[in-house]
Amino acid sequence: MSDQSHLPAWREQSLGRRLFLQVSAASAASAALVVAGCSSSTPTPAADTNQIALPQGNKGLLYYAYLLALAKSTTYQKVVDSPPGDLPAAERAIFADMRDHEVVHRETLKYLIDPTRATALFPADFAFSLTRFTLTSRAGVLAAALQLEDLAAAAYPVILPFFNSTNAYARALLLKMSTVLARHAATVRDLLTPGSFANGTVVDASGQLITKTPTEVLTALAPFWTPYVLSITCPDTSPSSDPGLCTANG
Amino acid sequence: MNFFQIIDQLAAVDPDVLDRFDSRRAVFSSLGSAAKRSALAATPLFLGALFQKAYAGTKSTPVDVLNYALTLELLEADFYRLFLAAGTLPNAAATAAITQIKKHEDAHVALLTRTIQAAGGTPVTGTATSGIRFKPSAFPSTYAGQLQVAQLLEDTGVRAYKGRAAELVGTTLLTTALQIHSVEARHAAHIRVMRGQRPWVSNTDDVATNPTYTSGVTGTPSTQVTTPGGAFGIPAYTKASPAENNTIQVNLPLTTALATTYDAADVAAAFDEYLQPAEVVDASRAGGLLA
Repeated sequence: MSDQSHLPAWREQSLGRRLFLQVSAASAASAALVVAGCSSSTPTPAADTNQIALPQGNKGLLYYAYLLALAKSTTYQKVVDSPPGDLPAAERAIFADMRDHEVVHRETLKYLIDPTRATALFPADFAFSLTRFTLTSRAGVLAAALQLEDLAAAAYPVILPFFNSTNAYARALLLKMSTVLARHAATVRDLLTPGSFANGTVVDASGQLITKTPTEVLTALAPFWTPYVLSITCPDTSPSSDPGLCTANG
Repeated sequence: MNFFQIIDQLAAVDPDVLDRFDSRRAVFSSLGSAAKRSALAATPLFLGALFQKAYAGTKSTPVDVLNYALTLELLEADFYRLFLAAGTLPNAAATAAITQIKKHEDAHVALLTRTIQAAGGTPVTGTATSGIRFKPSAFPSTYAGQLQVAQLLEDTGVRAYKGRAAELVGTTLLTTALQIHSVEARHAAHIRVMRGQRPWVSNTDDVATNPTYTSGVTGTPSTQVTTPGGAFGIPAYTKASPAENNTIQVNLPLTTALATTYDAADVAAAFDEYLQPAEVVDASRAGGLLA
């Protein structure tokens, strides 16, 4: 229930039942304060107003997942709104489905980050820029989708273990999203190169998906957020037996 | 000490907490008189006993979890062996895809076997003729039938890994399991497209009503799975998992709870649901395909 009750200083005291109940109530209250303190964090603009540091810990991971959903929903919305002439109807339907999934993911994550929707998550002009993509041809659309889907699919197995027990709820949700993203990635791969759904580029010799750390993913996406520069502090709650998974490359 | 507050806090962590107790009302009515209730509810001893009961049998050892995964991988690997040997594959692309998937399932079998041995456990085993293998009489004779079983196996695999992830939290095994889980989803997407279905689970799938996409059990659930290739424990079955057409996530009806309203089919397709081990090994799903 609360970590405080396990601290040695507390254990050494011999507590009467009345005192125990007081202590329990106090520690429950202070735990609630800590939780409240964590959940109020929003991205903090550093001295340079274009620098955006995602909050530390589990909240930062939700923002990270949100950014991936934002990138994809923005891209697929554009594809659905003005599809290239050489994109067949069946493939347009696939992009419409993927757009729908990404929008639901984005809005659900937004809700989890801030249920009241009171505060803007990012500056008003913060957006995923599409200028680096060529969304006017089928090849360009598929290349853009491949880059984003492979990144997102590779990102999830890395971040899920970092959700601590108080965020099991969020972890369960992201777990349910992760395989839908894997399905997207396989589909886009197959559209671009038939049969490449799980080839050696994305799956290793042990049959495991090749993953990417948050730092690798944010670096790959950095040019798309200009002028804003995002940074993520790797989670402070890494499983003790799994050190450096997130920080190995950043 | 506010009893209900504790339950509420717990519910934020474990959405199923209230179902673990019979119900709030039942918990209290079982305590008898009002005076007894308030006195008991205030004691940590009462809470301890209550939670012990509610959470009994909800965890297995990591080796149990890995043996469960290995059982499914052995079943899949043997199924694809039969598929390749059946001679029904219509073209080079289909042969290449099934060969690729078989290669991954074999790699998963090897990886999980190694991992269980490294953890000091005894891995379950299976060959083409003994132990954990695909029931020959359940193997369809047509290409279409074989491909359909492949889809059901892959989609079951996705749901099965999801159902055990929470038990591996805090171990390096979780990342390994998630990396396999993600590859199963890629297989499922490809096989679905080979069958002319959408790559993601959809309410309009031709097999949408198959038990693979619903939930619940048909037999009497046990906490022990015994196969010809070895035995392992699984958590006690509590209640049916969400079906794939579920539109409620984190206690929110996502069709209406967000800033805009969303179509139920889109909301359901945006999330793959989990299955508990008792549901997966039920005769209506993978359990019915084991020899």
